[in-house]
Amino acid sequence: MSRELFVLTYGALVAQLCKDYEKDEDVNKYLDRMGYGIGIRLIEDFLARSAVRKCHSYSEIADMIAQVAFKMYLGITPSVTCINKRRNKFSLILNKNPLVDFVEELPAGRSSLCYCNLLCGVIRGALEMINLAAEVTFVQDRLKGDDVTEIGITFLRKLEDKKCKKK
Amino acid sequence: MAIFSVYVVNKAGGLVYQLDHYAPRAEAEKTFGFPLDLALKVHDERVVVAFGQRDGIRVGHAVLAINGADVSGRFTADGRDVLELLSNPAHYPVSIRFGRPRLSSNEKLMLASMFHSLFAIGSQLSPEPGSSGIEMLETDTFKLHCFQTLTGIKFVVLADPRQAGIDSLLRKIYEIYSDFALKNPFYSLEMPIRCELFDQNLKLALEVAEKAGPFGPGP
Repeated sequence: MSRELFVLTYGALVAQLCKDYEKDEDVNKYLDRMGYGIGIRLIEDFLARSAVRKCHSYSEIADMIAQVAFKMYLGITPSVTCINKRRNKFSLILNKNPLVDFVEELPAGRSSLCYCNLLCGVIRGALEMINLAAEVTFVQDRLKGDDVTEIGITFLRKLEDKKCKKK
Repeated sequence: MAIFSVYVVNKAGGLVYQLDHYAPRAEAEKTFGFPLDLALKVHDERVVVAFGQRDGIRVGHAVLAINGADVSGRFTADGRDVLELLSNPAHYPVSIRFGRPRLSSNEKLMLASMFHSLFAIGSQLSPEPGSSGIEMLETDTFKLHCFQTLTGIKFVVLADPRQAGIDSLLRKIYEIYSDFALKNPFYSLEMPIRCELFDQNLKLALEVAEKAGPFGPGP
């Protein structure tokens, strides 16, 4: 499969969302929601193919996301740092980001658009399927003028197994 | 060497997929004269042989059809009670088909949720913390293998006790599930799986595992 086709498809998706919704917050929200739908399915593919053992700490999970998952799906390995004493906030610094290969800068009037917000939704959805509630956002974004692109993951709590209603 | 069936159970204990893969079961159809020399009784809403095993008709076999017409539970297709019918000499000679009763889909749903609960109890009974839950249930006629993913889905395979390679088969089924069920955009999570591609690939994987026999699939 062509990498260009994947990047172009993502670009077309974001461009269409920008046409459909005026506010940046809406576009970001829908990108996150789409990513969530992908994440809840992608987690099984990840677990089936990578045969990883169960993780017992948030830092193991953050390492797993950066070193195994990102590598498997996007071919990049962000670096992970833990940024608080409670060890539940992590930042992933992306040196390269294939999704923005062809993007120079955000269009005028779209200064708070998080172009790759889909990735945040994917991570959030995947974590929720293994019973971890997390907040995932772009802390810094090269497209917005920052030096690096940084994704912040805050692990909130372990979710209880929900007992769904049976049909 | 056989794999008998595959069950996929979701997080809540509901059955989302079931496949019966075994060879056609033994059925025996015979014509009987009055009085019937088999002792029949009603068990679980079916008429089963209680005693008097002979000619391929074993204890536990259920009445499947009378005079060619399938029975439903303890009543015939036209609503008459089977035992009453068979106790009336006017209906003889009668041809009855016996065989191992098939589980109805409701029964399978119930068994899947019961297994889900037993699985949970199994991991709580463990003296060590963080136990995995039931991985294998062994009887003299079959072995039940269970694999629970980190997301809570259980894959259960019932196979011949001598069949090897079920662990790798379970992992393969997980891959097939993540490919053909989850990547189908119209499949909703936790719902029954009705995807052709999933069926086909699963059957292929079962055949590969069966061919490998007691030594398991190759490297």
